[in-house]
Amino acid sequence: MDVRAQLSMVFHLDKCLGCHTCSVACKNVWTDRRGAEYMWWNNVETKPGTGFPTQWEDQDAYRGGWERTGDSLQLRSTGRARVVANIFHHPHLPTIDDYYEPWTYEYERLFTAPQQDDQPTARPISLITGKPMVPEAGPNWDDDLGGSPVYAEHDPNLAALTEIERRELFAIERLVFFYLPRTCNHCLNPACVAACPSGAIYKRGEDGIVLIDQSRCRGWRSCVAACPYKKSFYNWASGKSEKCILCFPRIESGQAPACFHACPGRVRYLGVLLYDADRIRPAASANAGSLVDAQRSMLLDPFDPAVIAEAARCGIAPSTLDAARRSPVDRFVRQWKLALPLHPEFRTVPMLFYVPPLSPSVAHDGEARVSVKYLTSLFGGGDEAPVRYALRKEAAVRASRRAATVGDVDRATVDRLLSDAECSDAEADAIYRMTTLATAGDRFVVPPTFREQAVEMLHEGGR
Amino acid sequence: MKWIKDETRASLRRWEELYRQRWQHDRVVRSTHGVNCTGGCSWNIYVKNGIVTWEMQATDYPTIDPALPPHEPRGCPRGISASSYLYSPLRVKHPYARGVLLDAWERARAAFKDPVEAWASMVENEDLRRQWQSARGKGGLRRASWDTLLELIAASTIYTIKTHGPDRIAGFSPIPAMSMVSYASGARFLQLIGGVSMSFYDWYCDLPNASPETWGEQTDVPESADWYNARLIAVAGSNVSMTRTPDAHFAAEARHNGTRMWVFSPDVSQVSRFADEWMPIAAGQDGAWWMAVNHVLLTEFHHTRRVPAFLDYCKRYTDSPYLVELQPTSRGYRPGRLLRANALDRYAKAENGAWKFLMWDAPSSQPKMPIGSVGFRWGTEAGKWNLQLQDGADGSPIDPLLTFLDGDHEVVDVELDDFSATRTLQRGVPAKRIACADGRTVLVTTVYDVLMAQYGVNRGLSGEYPSSEDDDAPYTPAWAEPLIGVPRDAIVRFAREWGETAERTGGRCMIVIGAGINHWYHANLTYRAAIHSLLFCGCVGVNGGGLAHYVGQEKLAPMEPWAAIAFARDWLPAPRLQNSPSWHYVHSDQWRYEGAFTDYQPVPADQPRGTIAEGHAMDVQVRAVRNGWLPFYPQFNRNPIDIVRDAKARGASTPDEVVARVVADLKEKTLRFAVEDPDAPENWPRLWFIWRGNAIMASAKGHEYFLKHYLGTHHNAIAEDVAAGVVHEAEWRAPAPQGKMDLVIDLNFRMDTSALYSDIVLPAVTWYEKADLNSTDMHTFIHPLAPAVAPCWEAKSDWDIFKAIAARFSELAGTHFPAPVEDVVASPLAHDTPAEIAQPDIKDWSTGEVEAIPGKTMPGLRVVSRDYANVYRQFVAFGPLVRANGLGAHGTQYDVTDVYDEALVTMPTVEWNSHRYPSLAVDEQVCNVILKFATVTNGELAYRSYKNMERKVGLPLAHLAEGNRAMRMSFTDLQAQPHRIGNSPMWSGLTGERRAYAPFTYNVECLVPWRTLTGRQHLYLDHPGYLQFGEHVPTFKPKPLPAAQADLARTGSAEWKALELNFLTAHGKWHIHSTFGDTPPMTTLSRGIEPLWVNDADAAAMGVDDDDWVEVFNDHGVIVTRAAVSARIPRGVCVQYHSPERTLAVPKSPARGGRRAGGHNSVTRTRLKPNLMIGGYAQFTYHFNYWGPVGCNRETQVLVRRLASVDW
Repeated sequence: MDVRAQLSMVFHLDKCLGCHTCSVACKNVWTDRRGAEYMWWNNVETKPGTGFPTQWEDQDAYRGGWERTGDSLQLRSTGRARVVANIFHHPHLPTIDDYYEPWTYEYERLFTAPQQDDQPTARPISLITGKPMVPEAGPNWDDDLGGSPVYAEHDPNLAALTEIERRELFAIERLVFFYLPRTCNHCLNPACVAACPSGAIYKRGEDGIVLIDQSRCRGWRSCVAACPYKKSFYNWASGKSEKCILCFPRIESGQAPACFHACPGRVRYLGVLLYDADRIRPAASANAGSLVDAQRSMLLDPFDPAVIAEAARCGIAPSTLDAARRSPVDRFVRQWKLALPLHPEFRTVPMLFYVPPLSPSVAHDGEARVSVKYLTSLFGGGDEAPVRYALRKEAAVRASRRAATVGDVDRATVDRLLSDAECSDAEADAIYRMTTLATAGDRFVVPPTFREQAVEMLHEGGR
Repeated sequence: MKWIKDETRASLRRWEELYRQRWQHDRVVRSTHGVNCTGGCSWNIYVKNGIVTWEMQATDYPTIDPALPPHEPRGCPRGISASSYLYSPLRVKHPYARGVLLDAWERARAAFKDPVEAWASMVENEDLRRQWQSARGKGGLRRASWDTLLELIAASTIYTIKTHGPDRIAGFSPIPAMSMVSYASGARFLQLIGGVSMSFYDWYCDLPNASPETWGEQTDVPESADWYNARLIAVAGSNVSMTRTPDAHFAAEARHNGTRMWVFSPDVSQVSRFADEWMPIAAGQDGAWWMAVNHVLLTEFHHTRRVPAFLDYCKRYTDSPYLVELQPTSRGYRPGRLLRANALDRYAKAENGAWKFLMWDAPSSQPKMPIGSVGFRWGTEAGKWNLQLQDGADGSPIDPLLTFLDGDHEVVDVELDDFSATRTLQRGVPAKRIACADGRTVLVTTVYDVLMAQYGVNRGLSGEYPSSEDDDAPYTPAWAEPLIGVPRDAIVRFAREWGETAERTGGRCMIVIGAGINHWYHANLTYRAAIHSLLFCGCVGVNGGGLAHYVGQEKLAPMEPWAAIAFARDWLPAPRLQNSPSWHYVHSDQWRYEGAFTDYQPVPADQPRGTIAEGHAMDVQVRAVRNGWLPFYPQFNRNPIDIVRDAKARGASTPDEVVARVVADLKEKTLRFAVEDPDAPENWPRLWFIWRGNAIMASAKGHEYFLKHYLGTHHNAIAEDVAAGVVHEAEWRAPAPQGKMDLVIDLNFRMDTSALYSDIVLPAVTWYEKADLNSTDMHTFIHPLAPAVAPCWEAKSDWDIFKAIAARFSELAGTHFPAPVEDVVASPLAHDTPAEIAQPDIKDWSTGEVEAIPGKTMPGLRVVSRDYANVYRQFVAFGPLVRANGLGAHGTQYDVTDVYDEALVTMPTVEWNSHRYPSLAVDEQVCNVILKFATVTNGELAYRSYKNMERKVGLPLAHLAEGNRAMRMSFTDLQAQPHRIGNSPMWSGLTGERRAYAPFTYNVECLVPWRTLTGRQHLYLDHPGYLQFGEHVPTFKPKPLPAAQADLARTGSAEWKALELNFLTAHGKWHIHSTFGDTPPMTTLSRGIEPLWVNDADAAAMGVDDDDWVEVFNDHGVIVTRAAVSARIPRGVCVQYHSPERTLAVPKSPARGGRRAGGHNSVTRTRLKPNLMIGGYAQFTYHFNYWGPVGCNRETQVLVRRLASVDW
């Protein structure tokens, strides 16, 4: 057993408002500068939709992530052997058309326009060329189903549905949409790290944050191609690639990352997960139908004396263990099995988990509106069972609260629903509290990062 | 898997400093955003190297109840983009004026030593005046010095006062609550000089008229935390996840606590995602839904089963048991006025007996006169204004009958109007005969029985009652089904769930409602029907229940001292407060473009003589001003200062004699109301100050008419004015004047549309550069705005700008008004004053029906002395009238003598003429004065105010503040942490420890009456005007027809190959009104333009693909934008989210000959609903932003067509 601690995340999609406050919080702090304008380390997508960059989930086109060939895992993009061959041209990199051309406006014109016959207006101009342009794409072009015939209907996940199911989905009475906030997943089997020809990308030992070393990066962009989530971006001004750093300077001062802090929907949770590094490879190369289970099986119980003993042996600090025991992520992912990885079939073992959306639950004709097949495409890795399990448990918790607050659901019904969802009364209560009443201190359990030791090492002229 | 190996080489981690350094900052300052937003979020502003870098939400809100979700973090994508403005190229960094105006000013100043004479030479030169008017909005702005522009403004102000009168100077600034000191700055200056403060809440169409109709309350709502206490939330016309971003979590979390949510929305709106059940009710037809819900609720919970709690609630807290007189008609009877207590021999001599009413006492089987009505409120007997069921004459208890079915009765047929089919129904009601003191015998029934008949509850009585819910008769689910486009069984299912939930939980059913309903012409009816669903099930005045109307941030918590400062009541007794809907309807000449309102609003067929339910809205508007129902400025066709001077010259020596002279002149028609001839040059508004808002674009319903008639610049309206011959009360002048305004002055930090079209743009600071206060109805905390950096470039705070204007004004006034002058101020009859019992009937003094009595049958008139040379000194001093008169609001009153005297010792003061006053010279000082003198922030004053109210009410109330008497707050306290406001009798809800604020809990728990006719919540509205409009009972009126709306009289679809759609302007995701929508984060996350959302099938019919350019147009104007094609939008409507700027990425319009296209308000024109103009009658008595017609525009019809290309 090789016990490791990963700073890990849960997004509760049933609560997400799609407001994008997280995106702006991140942009203000990190990417509001030349060369980074088009980067959205954090973005929010409307689902169904094509996302950012457009259709990023389509790995036939982008060839991101890993593929299993027999017993071996290969990067779909480059494979170790092909790195050099693709250094000067990568056929599957997203182009500016897949992102967008950043723009601003000729605001000055409103002040400087001479007296004329008609009203001046501030035209859009390209932030790259400085010339007038008409924006035709953006990081969030299909927000709230804008352009649904062009975008939503071409969501790669709809391939999981039948033609009739797809058609019904876009009739207004059956229409369904929800939001998918995305950041770097700080994966356990990160394709970006494996792909980097310069060895500039590493996963921090103390917290698992994946970073691109800005001094070592040579701008080969292999990470951009390899990341199946397209969360590594090339800065065209600095010539280096950059990605979400999980706000490590904030983490190191005991604060949640900016996008977590800023979320008014209170959908985000942050905390430590303990895992067995020896089981990364089996988890990443599990059979298609059992990827979620395989990933869960590598997580370790921070209350288990055996794990505690082993953790000490592996150098996990007692305070980190304590944080793991208070971690909301450990509860959502390992204990309650409510939160699921996004596209586990990309086999990067992502450490950002999503509670699938319960709502919208009923249309006016009384039928369920959300498609389990569609959710399975996102979160099940082809296996409906974990998705159904999570939805069943969310619904059961809700029913138990209904019984307590209104009383028009009888106890026997609640007991049956809870038992079907393998949920005890105590667990239902804990889930309800964490979902509704949790304070910032409950939602974000940031472990100490021992900065004093890092600084000490630097001062001692550490190697 | 080597990449997860510990990276221990410190040297290789050294580069991480790069990002650590980016995060580093020097200072964090608490502030918030003073834009027109209900959020009221506390923000930390980060400063690095003296530059604001970004903002993050504060998360240190005190916990109000551990059983409720916490408030952190509050904030949204708009708020977090605010830092984009400080150093943006859109920022107004310096004072600007249009070059043509500046050139003229420089020439005039060279020619005239006196600046006022210089301005006179310009403005009296019509050719020159036209030059700067026609240049408005078309570039040519030039930097100028502060000195130059302050002098120009001061000179034009003095000229206008001398030449036309101070009431020709108006100022508009939106909703004060979110930056109340900034609002107060301009208002205070204007009121000191006798100018006009324009209302906002009604003009924005955010005022829900049903709230004053039902509760006598402008609006009071639960804070959003109380949503979590609701067990059923009905969301109607409110897109909570998108427009109440920081609050939406309470709704999402309530669901996980077992609460069910129904969402009514024609489109698959963002909040419908949270719905257990989403009802795609046809746009604007929600009234039919709620009428049918009430039919089911009354049938199943009041009749088939009589749920005791529901009936008891109706008896105690609503007007249900009151007796209504049935008036004989040719075919039977019509429900009429409430029977007055003094109609009976027993109560004939009761004080204010025409304002006291009757219930039928079951045990004694006779009518009794319960205490608590408006007659008791304004009577001389103390302690009888409460909700105890007690007779006002002998104190005996009353156990009222709700329905006469429960006792002896006869059944008579009453006439009820069915406006959905333009017919009259006959339905039986149980009635009793009562002998009156005058010998008459009148037939009466109860309000409850009238409602049972109106809602069509079949109780086995004669008449046209539906036999079941499936019978298509008003107002069954079967009747509603075709109107709303949702199957009837959904209505039944909802109503049952509603009633059962309320029964099980003690009324925890809540309606979250908003602009999606309130912006329609008949919104008051829809709201009333929805409110009835709450009242029938006892859901108002309980936590987790009630009407949660959130449109416009109307809740300024520390109201009393703020109002004194803002409206200069500390110096002068009578402010000029104008309801903007009337002002704009009249002055921007939008009244000229429509015919009789009965073309589009159905009213009962048989109208009495002198009815107000016929003709043109302008006619009712004129009568409303003449009768003192509504304010209107300018008041008269002469300068009010000249009027006083002339009256004195003609022998009037006292103020009373001056007023008598004015009344006589009005009666003789030698003096006319300006509203009777608004297009005459002497009646035009001349100067317009705009600050904190976008008065010319975002809120300008009928924007193109603003450009045409106010500004006199180019416009895209092609509509014909058609009111000639239809309007009788106002003069018709042809052609209509263009360019009424001499000067438009805008204070702004960004070059928005209003700034671009103004003559002068003064650089205002952003919210991160000034001190101010912020409160909201969405939560119960009060926040500061505070400077994170000093004012940038040449910017100043609004307070400092108006202070500077006041200083220059006073200097020039030293020459032009060396001594104080007298001004006569006309004011409408005011709510929360004895004027609430001024007009029992509609009588017109101008035709001799009644005597002309100021303040009773006509506007109040008051002579006010103005000391123009000392306006600056008054501006910076908290004046003596506060100490002399005390403070109060909403009918409360408390003494502040000791607090004022203490302030002279403990706070900064100014001295003038050997008197000392608390200083208002600096914005932070103003904040501290407000905090010190308000009941919600000073517990002792709250206690004192409750003590006073106890005397009026006669029941214990002071305990509500007892535990909080030591509470005080200062500006620095608020900077340290948000503070929660305390209880105050000014507000209807209670915020005790561990309790979310819910409105009317004060009334329900402490038996304090609502400020209405009976003191109860009004289901029935017996004002003669309401009877004439057929709105005495809750009803359904169809949406005004597109043809009668005349949006497309000169714009036919055939020639354009265009599709006709209903144009909706819901509140959007990427802006708060027009603010933030032009910042890089918001333009990038949207489509860089405010697109037109259309249904995919409608788009296909027009040949429009997603992202194609489209032209949206009608007779009023034109928009050019791009299409967002979506299956989310229903057919037949299109949406452009409120509110784009026409200055940002707007191309030219082929339909208007290649002129620049406009914004969303280019295709709107407002229409005023006349029955909302009445006054002088209990809750129907004017108060600023409380009552009056609203600026609705949802019925707008447009044509949409594809544009192959655009020209810039």
